[in-house]
Amino acid sequence: MSTAAPFRERVSYQAMLLGGFSFIATALLVIGNLATRDAIDERRREDLRASLAQVVPAAVHDNDLLANPLSVIDDAGLPLTVYRGTVGLHVTALAWEIVGKGYSGDIRLILGVNTAGEVLGVRVLSHAETPGLGDKIEVARDDWILGFDGLSLRDPPIERWKVDKDGGRFDAFSGATITPRAVVDAVRGGLEFFRRHRTALVNPVVITTPSLSQESAE
Amino acid sequence: MSHDYRRISKDGLWDNNIVFAQALGLCPLLAVTGTASNGLGMGLASTAVFVASALMISLLRNIITPQVRIPIFVLIIAVLVTLVDMGMNAWVHDLHKVLGLFIPLIVTNCAILGRAEAFASRNSVLPAVVDGIMMGLGFTLALVALGAVREVLGSGTLFSSAALLLGDWAAFLDVQLIADYKGFLLIILPPGGFIVLAFLLAGKRLIDRSLAARNAGAAAQAAGI
Repeated sequence: MSTAAPFRERVSYQAMLLGGFSFIATALLVIGNLATRDAIDERRREDLRASLAQVVPAAVHDNDLLANPLSVIDDAGLPLTVYRGTVGLHVTALAWEIVGKGYSGDIRLILGVNTAGEVLGVRVLSHAETPGLGDKIEVARDDWILGFDGLSLRDPPIERWKVDKDGGRFDAFSGATITPRAVVDAVRGGLEFFRRHRTALVNPVVITTPSLSQESAE
Repeated sequence: MSHDYRRISKDGLWDNNIVFAQALGLCPLLAVTGTASNGLGMGLASTAVFVASALMISLLRNIITPQVRIPIFVLIIAVLVTLVDMGMNAWVHDLHKVLGLFIPLIVTNCAILGRAEAFASRNSVLPAVVDGIMMGLGFTLALVALGAVREVLGSGTLFSSAALLLGDWAAFLDVQLIADYKGFLLIILPPGGFIVLAFLLAGKRLIDRSLAARNAGAAAQAAGI
């Protein structure tokens, strides 16, 4: 023991110890990541599929919504993934993520629309709004969010796409105006985005022959 | 050196309880205890980390020198928490959706580093693991108690979405205690956590005091006879 003690006191031993532990820690994390990566990925896809299924009814498409997503650049210049529901080659429904500026941070929502620009469904993916007030945007707590179904920029007219406090059509539930306002703004923004890019978004999924793309242009 | 496991257990669960006696780990405690189910999930995940870190650190206690022990303990705990996080995300995903945000908070639970430093690094494997289990269970107890009180007062339910945590058999735990309850927002918000915790801490003191008084009374009686 008397020879071991000085050895353990040396700086090189301490350095080796720290280095060794860092190496083992890194190795463990790599192994952990490899072991769980596929499962986590699969869970994410299941989650995404479940939330997409809520905003794009199964009746309007016959494909896997996660197959062939479209990558576009949104108005802020950021990449955006648009999921497409199709029947045959024709796009029948689109869904993508929209973001509202809530009372406490971003409210992430998923919006589904049909090719006429009518809302098929809106659901909250994540938010940090006040429990008991702002969380009425969750479908599990209140059916407020279902009120968007079937609406478009023509119905109600665009100047009525506001909460009632601002002279619009949508209920602002009591005690929390900022939250519904953020959701209404986000949905309106999503519909405007769709209107601007409609042609590009509803192109047939696979363009193989010229005749097909001509057909869609007509 | 022999260990009194009853002493260790009593310390972890009550006398030296991480929350009620040491007032440690308050960051995860206050963040997750909106419902009893969340508290239970967080408590069990923390217990797993307590036990694993106690095991690792007591095994390695003769290699680790005092000069570099703190960074190594932190490293071990951080790796364990990350592995728990990844494992839960992959295999108990529904629970991870509820607790996912809070799992990294386990790293900030100074109680785990505290037990590593105060107990696991000075004791052999078995007592260290027992201490980890008991400290973890004591922490779980505190989380569930705080979660239950806040849930009942704040939303009028108890163990809501317990089935999400424990599987479908646990659905019977999920009860609506007060029908048509409007909710008491303050209790659900973080300040409510502090307020309820204060009452629980005071309650523990009262119980301890009355126990001490009774023991003293019994001792006096025994001496008198």
